[in-house]
Amino acid sequence: MKIGVVVFPGSNCDRDMYHVLTDVFHLDTQYFWHDKGLPKNIDAVILPGGFSYGDRLRAGVIAAHSPVINDVRRLAAKGIPILGVCNGFQILVEAGLLPGVLLKNTSLNFMCEWTNLVVENNQTPFTNQFELGQKIPIPIANGEGRYYVDEATLEKLKKHNQIVFRYTDSVNGSSYNIAGVCNEDFNIVGMMPHPERAVESEINPIDNKPSSLIFKSLLHTIGVEN
Amino acid sequence: MSLEPQELEDLTSKIGRKPTSTELQIVAAEWSEHCSYKSSKKHLKMLPMTGPLVISEKGYDSGVLDVGGGYVVTAHIESHNHPSAVEPYGGAATGVGGVIRDILSAGTRPIAILDGLRFGDIEKDQQARWLFKNAVTGIADYGNCLGIPTVGGEVEFDKCYTNYALVDVASVGFGKKENLIKNHAKKGDLVVLLGGSTGRDGIGGSQFASDSLESEDRSAVQIPDPFIEKLIIEAVLEARNHNLINAMKDLGGGGLSCAVSETADALSIGIEMDVDKVHTREPGMHPDEIMVSESQERMLIVTDNAKLKKLQEICKKFRITCSVIGHVTSDNMMHVKKGKKTFARLPTDVVANATLLDRPSKKPAYLATIEREKKLKPISDYSKMMMKFLASPNIASKIWVYGQYDHEVGIRTVIKPGRDAAVLRLDNGKFLSVKIDGNPKHCYINPREGAIGCFEEACRNVVCTGAKPIGMLDHLQFGNPENPEIFWTFLESLKGLTDFAKYFKIPCVGGKVSLYNETPSGPIKPTPLIGVLGLAEKKHQTNTKINTDDVLIVVGNTKNEMGGSEYFEYIHKFIGGRCPVVDFAESKKNMDTVLDVIKKGILKNVHDCSKGGLAVAISEICMVEQIGCTVSLDKVPGEKLDTDRVLFSESHSRYLLVLEKTNLKKLEDILKKNKIAFGVIGKFGGEQIRFDSGSKKIMDLRVDKARKTWINSLRELVVHG
Repeated sequence: MKIGVVVFPGSNCDRDMYHVLTDVFHLDTQYFWHDKGLPKNIDAVILPGGFSYGDRLRAGVIAAHSPVINDVRRLAAKGIPILGVCNGFQILVEAGLLPGVLLKNTSLNFMCEWTNLVVENNQTPFTNQFELGQKIPIPIANGEGRYYVDEATLEKLKKHNQIVFRYTDSVNGSSYNIAGVCNEDFNIVGMMPHPERAVESEINPIDNKPSSLIFKSLLHTIGVEN
Repeated sequence: MSLEPQELEDLTSKIGRKPTSTELQIVAAEWSEHCSYKSSKKHLKMLPMTGPLVISEKGYDSGVLDVGGGYVVTAHIESHNHPSAVEPYGGAATGVGGVIRDILSAGTRPIAILDGLRFGDIEKDQQARWLFKNAVTGIADYGNCLGIPTVGGEVEFDKCYTNYALVDVASVGFGKKENLIKNHAKKGDLVVLLGGSTGRDGIGGSQFASDSLESEDRSAVQIPDPFIEKLIIEAVLEARNHNLINAMKDLGGGGLSCAVSETADALSIGIEMDVDKVHTREPGMHPDEIMVSESQERMLIVTDNAKLKKLQEICKKFRITCSVIGHVTSDNMMHVKKGKKTFARLPTDVVANATLLDRPSKKPAYLATIEREKKLKPISDYSKMMMKFLASPNIASKIWVYGQYDHEVGIRTVIKPGRDAAVLRLDNGKFLSVKIDGNPKHCYINPREGAIGCFEEACRNVVCTGAKPIGMLDHLQFGNPENPEIFWTFLESLKGLTDFAKYFKIPCVGGKVSLYNETPSGPIKPTPLIGVLGLAEKKHQTNTKINTDDVLIVVGNTKNEMGGSEYFEYIHKFIGGRCPVVDFAESKKNMDTVLDVIKKGILKNVHDCSKGGLAVAISEICMVEQIGCTVSLDKVPGEKLDTDRVLFSESHSRYLLVLEKTNLKKLEDILKKNKIAFGVIGKFGGEQIRFDSGSKKIMDLRVDKARKTWINSLRELVVHG
């Protein structure tokens, strides 16, 4: 079993994600630099947060054209679980692997704060250990985190059960308070909040158990006992 | 951008000939106040700089502390005042970049940023508001992009900074002791310039910073590029892991001139370099410009032929340029060529060591009368006054600021901004506590006692998290040192800090002096800023949830020390009175005892009492924890004082402790045994923050209302003001 963490120039949550996967959940994890291909026998791919290419042009847009994204696309088509967190979510959206766009927050500022999520879809590889409607205290840290879709797409997302997480409050002006979505097959999930920052009680002042379920869902999906 | 006549004479006599124009540029940069510390260096030696944990190596730009288990913490502080005053976004951002590279130079990964920001009166002054807003965005955009958390700091507004800005940035690094760069070089080693290209920005920046700010010289301000800095950090750390770096220095003030001459001088080598080999941003740059450009995101690395190829491979991976610009010689000369033609050839010790000055000093005249108080208008309604006070820019919550900084990235932040000191977890299982503090209002009234107070306050904050202070950073910011009165205030502050550091055995591990901080209406108030690092063996309970019937204790005496208090200055618009004085013995006793009881685990919450006095400190606990408290002012220890003085005196060495009633006896026994002045002053519960004197209700606020005002007012002022 192997998890890949893709590193782009400017990624900065890659080491945090690696720490959580290896030290907290004891998964065999490997970094993949953006210009290297991903192996065929990988079990899940995570695109971590950060500022790939310094957020130039638009967050995630340059990284979305990296060679590694072709491999992500290929693996995704095979049903391999893919998770994009923060900048990783922005990259997946820019690559067209997930619907919608991420705009500047309505405050026009970078926002670093703790939010509350509600689980809306518990059938993805990253949410299958949650109860529907379960709450997750979790931090966000982004400047372009306002998820936007037009009305028709929103209806489609609702219909196909593609809304994975919603904020309990209007945090940054996101459409329908959306914090995370998935593709129609449920195997690609993108979310703006940072689960890797919330799974250890030492640094999570509220409750680290709900966020841990994101990783435990992955363990369950790929069949690792732990 | 030139040398003083006396300095030119000195230089000419030292090298025995007339200097070339390039030599003049190089020496002018290196001999600027900013790079040479020529006014302050003689005096800075008084600070204690060694201790059992301090690791000293030649050529380090940051302090290094051994934190055990084979790990080290590095720390440094810098300011970017002049640039931020004309171009706050770029000035503040490049201020972050510079101090980060100092941490990187030692071979450690930067793990935290703290920033101290000071501006004019933002309530009335639009320009101050503009400076503030843009400096914050500059820091946010830079630090966030790097993925280094901004975990703490402070923001203060005072009329003395009108048309000006103080932007101080401290950074902390962490790494394995074995990975520290042991700066060394031998003849034939290669000198490599790595990172961003050299351009025409920041030309003469260090001289710009060594002069009073008269004209807006934007070309002297550097342009930030955090993305390149991020790539440099990763490339340098990877090169370090492969042991490819013999010596390293960041390019800061004075650009190549300073980096080359200081590296050569520190390692007792010579360096011969060719400006044609420097990768430039535009063609046709003159050697003089290349030598003094302060373009950002550049590192100077000494490596050797055997290691070069691997270093180039790493740079290629990160797509950053690295140019071999010269080599190490044994003649102790700094030799700058363009192709075959020599433009400068100077002994490195001459360049790197400006003639130090003995500035005259004289006690400022205003100090003769400043401690006199005038009769103040009595407060008719304390509750109303307090709501105004909680909304005032210096007292209001700074969440609008730190909410824009990623303070979680790196997943080390145990205690997040908005509390006393930030706490970071380290890989050796220990916890590092960091805080910076300044107090120009106190320092103006008494430069010595004010500076000591800043030092003690930073220590108190660190102690409140259960950590023991292990090192200090000082950043001494004053006006024009050529004015004897200003120089006197500098010396007084420095002496005070030295006395405190020696008494508490806290070594100074890094620092900076920033002079010529002059605004159009005169010098800034003396603004020493003190950073304190503390270490805790384990995570202590210092901010858990407070429940009804929990008890509030104050440790330390409240004294008649109102000078420079927020209450006098903001409410009464009065500058004067006696400022708080730290009693060293009392301070040590209180500090040791509070640390001891935190370690015993009987406290639920600990909070420092400082700006705004007891009234503000207690309200902060209530507003953060969202619970009411009834406080009896008669129980506050200290001399008998008028009500407003008990509420708002900013006496040092005071701590607020919260605990369950059942632990009270245990705590009282310890405090009594250690002969600590303390009072059991309050009981938590309800929805009101209430202060009583005898049976008389003095102040009564609703927690939710107070909290809303306190949290929102700064944002309201900046966004809608």
